[in-house]
Amino acid sequence: MNLLPYSIYLSFAGALLALAVGQRSAAAARVVALLTALAAWGVALVAAFGFKPTPELVTLVNVPWIPQLGVNYHLAADGISLTLVVLTGLAATAGVLFSWNIEERVGEFFAFYLALIGGVYGVFLSADAFVFFVFYEIAIVPKYFLIANWGSTNRQYGAMKLALYSFAGSALVLAGLLWVYATGHATGFGLSELTRAAPTLARADQLTVFALIFTGFAVLAGMFPFHTWAPTGHVAAPTGASMLLAGVVMKLGAYGCLRVAMPLIPAGLAFWQPAIAALAVIGIIYAGLVALVQDDFKFVIGYSSVSHMGFVILGLAAANPVAVSGAVLQMFSHGAIAGLLFAVVGRMVYERTHTRQLAELQKLPLHRLMPFSAVVFVIAGLASMGMPGFSGFPAELTLLIGTSQFSTVWAVCAAFGVLIAAAFTLRAIQVAFFGQASASVATANGGAHAEHGGPADAAHAYAPITWPEKTGALLLLAAIVLIGLKPDLLLNWIVPSLQSQAMRAIWTGGAQ
Amino acid sequence: MINPSYAELAHAFQPEIILADGAVLVLAYDLIFGRRRAPGARLTASLVLGALTLIGALLASVAVGAVGGVYGNQFVLDDLAVGARCGVLVLALLTLGIAAGAKPPRHPAEYVAIILFATTGFTLMAAANHLLVAFAGLELASLSLYILVGFDKDRRDSAEAALKYFLFGGMATAFLLFGFSLIFGVTGELELSRIAAALAHTELSPLLMVALVMVLVAFGFKAAAAPFHLWAPDAYEGAPTPSAALIASASKLAGFTLFLRLLWPGLGGLAGDPAHGFGQAGGWITIVALLSGASLLLGNLAALAQTNLRRLLAYSAIAHTGVMLLGVVVADVVGFGGLYYYLLTYGVATAGAFGVIAVLERQGGCQKITDLAGLYRRSPLLAGCLTVFVLSLAGIPPLAGFFGKFSVFVAALQAGGLASPLGALTLLAIALSAVALYYYLAVLKQALVVAPSENVPATPVRVPVVTALTLLVAAGLIVALGLFPSWVLNPF
Repeated sequence: MNLLPYSIYLSFAGALLALAVGQRSAAAARVVALLTALAAWGVALVAAFGFKPTPELVTLVNVPWIPQLGVNYHLAADGISLTLVVLTGLAATAGVLFSWNIEERVGEFFAFYLALIGGVYGVFLSADAFVFFVFYEIAIVPKYFLIANWGSTNRQYGAMKLALYSFAGSALVLAGLLWVYATGHATGFGLSELTRAAPTLARADQLTVFALIFTGFAVLAGMFPFHTWAPTGHVAAPTGASMLLAGVVMKLGAYGCLRVAMPLIPAGLAFWQPAIAALAVIGIIYAGLVALVQDDFKFVIGYSSVSHMGFVILGLAAANPVAVSGAVLQMFSHGAIAGLLFAVVGRMVYERTHTRQLAELQKLPLHRLMPFSAVVFVIAGLASMGMPGFSGFPAELTLLIGTSQFSTVWAVCAAFGVLIAAAFTLRAIQVAFFGQASASVATANGGAHAEHGGPADAAHAYAPITWPEKTGALLLLAAIVLIGLKPDLLLNWIVPSLQSQAMRAIWTGGAQ
Repeated sequence: MINPSYAELAHAFQPEIILADGAVLVLAYDLIFGRRRAPGARLTASLVLGALTLIGALLASVAVGAVGGVYGNQFVLDDLAVGARCGVLVLALLTLGIAAGAKPPRHPAEYVAIILFATTGFTLMAAANHLLVAFAGLELASLSLYILVGFDKDRRDSAEAALKYFLFGGMATAFLLFGFSLIFGVTGELELSRIAAALAHTELSPLLMVALVMVLVAFGFKAAAAPFHLWAPDAYEGAPTPSAALIASASKLAGFTLFLRLLWPGLGGLAGDPAHGFGQAGGWITIVALLSGASLLLGNLAALAQTNLRRLLAYSAIAHTGVMLLGVVVADVVGFGGLYYYLLTYGVATAGAFGVIAVLERQGGCQKITDLAGLYRRSPLLAGCLTVFVLSLAGIPPLAGFFGKFSVFVAALQAGGLASPLGALTLLAIALSAVALYYYLAVLKQALVVAPSENVPATPVRVPVVTALTLLVAAGLIVALGLFPSWVLNPF
């Protein structure tokens, strides 16, 4: 376990190294990035193998940082953080593989990329609110540059929108944390210390502070109605970055809700529970319906991401151990599945066909032209729909069972969202990969077709799927299937953590 | 009564003596040896002598240390004064490093000498504990700055900026002098601790109220707080870049130190309650809080609309003044450490940003934000340093600017609580820092994302070694102080 902080340090060191070697050789920067991501992931896995599940957070490092304010550099982990750290390693490694084809300013790309990863690891391991906030912001900044520099459609707009939403959210979080610190007369910024200070606030203050912090984090988690940055950002981002964005960065928001907002002010959660649940369910259904009518393939995945994160928020709002364990499982599952979907759409399909319009893709017999990507997308799509055997199934099942203990109505409504997910996923599979190739294209499928100036001209010439793409896809697929078949691998870590003192306060709504 | 000991005075004022001697030495050297040399050699000689002087003064400041009241308490050398002295010397040193890479001034020796005189004014302001000394220090600094702003005689902007700065500054001086004389009239004292003692038995009379308003208006002018900020965008735009850097960094640190001392140890009795600033009649906290709120709003919102890089920095400086004023309000409750940290790190980041501008200016111009386009390709070094400075100004952790803001916000909330006007002001400042991100990112977008435009030659920018080192040191300071804020906070 004590190795875990090295995942942070390795990532930052790798970022600097990638920047340095990138000036000379793009290939070297790629290798550095891959080795760094693997090393950080390896550290996480080694720690995970030796992990003995305990209810309370296990302290990894705790040294004074700014004694004048009572800030300690305090890193700690439990089963929940470990789950997400392992996910980060997986998503980061796969993301590097899918960014292999980046040709421009490669060193800088991977420097931003690895700095982002370092920030994410830091957030998942922080046990001090100040440290948490610092890493949280470190994780946000590189996203802007990744999207604005290496993105596609409307990249500068998407990047700015995403950055402003994220920072507005973190301003809310900062305001809330400072409120607790100052008004509760806390002696430090440790999460446990703030949790002790928070109940001394007046009830009205508690409710407001909870709303501030929870909303601040939920913006990054893509909660309706603050989700609009997510589809735009996902679409604009380069493939590797959108994999990270959907895979882990949105999880930062959900994790912040679970680790900071909820234990800090359980009474606030109890009060706002119905409202949050309602917003979550609206998000699930609304984003699902929007995904159903998108013309742009990547927007379909972007909105599906928002819809699936709605499940996570709903699980958190239900505030019982079953629902929350489902929510954490869903975070992992969605991280892997969304990463894979974005990889197929952004890297395999878009960069070969140069279109993401479903209408255009429909004219191409993609299942014949790129069978590998079709197979991968179908499997990922099935997992995304929540088919048994894939990670989405145990996650959504646990989540919905937990939610039904909280409110049958919301559980039923959310289950309806699963149906919508099936609808838009099947539509996307059907239209994009098994489209009715128009007669002309079908006959021309060995040579260029003169009349059709569209993407079909290049149909015969699509570059084969490269080894990094295959490796990355297989990694993610393996994780999806592994957790689908043996969800207890993660649940064995997650469930004990839900018995900690801070979590118990959540289940009782702060009334102890 | 004053009990003069000239030996004590000479000991305590080693830094000022070194600075003044250094300035004369720079002039003399140029007069005697420089006349026949090439302009480049003259600039180098002046800068080297100036830098040696500043380093000497810095060492002397550390050696003298915090000795307490000097010369019958007319000066005070406490931790704050020592910190501010060292701070302004470091910032002035950065300015010289920037000047090495900027467009060379026509009279380099005079330019460097005046920077040294301004620095002398700053260090005096840092240690002043007496209204007349404060006034003398402030005016020495101000007059030097007016000249520095107008030093580029080839450009009309520079003259215009200097005139505008001078007129506003002169008016501020009048206000200040009027306020000081009223304070003297009411209390019969000029030394701050005696003023405080006299005020302890006095009610807030209308006359004192007028005095307070006068002093604070002058303060607002000098610190470029809204609504007295009008000179700042023009001065920042027109001044030679190193001058702008000096105004934005060292002069801010010195000015705020002076007013911090004037307001708290001197006029602390008239402060009013920070928790209920608006509830009570009077108290200068109310006025300072209003200035802070106005500066935050106006600075941030006006910066959004700027297309000129220097004007953008000026408006962002006004916004930062708002946060600093918030720090002034609560400095008594939580100590000077947080505000000092903010001023120092803000100064380094701003001076650094001007340093980048200075280098670009010499090689093709850098007025509009869009002139930065493609900087990453023309000079990765400048682009990287600019990123550090701008992100620090934006308050992104782990850079120093984040912790500066954070410490001020924490202090404000601890002092006033959230339900107070101070709490509301803090929330406003936090909210506006998210707004500020937009214009800071707009700058970085040009530097790091946008490809070079056709108008600007995409040739690599040559950065003089000294300036490159200066920028690297400044960026290093920003990172190091952000990671280890205790280094600065510990002495306080």
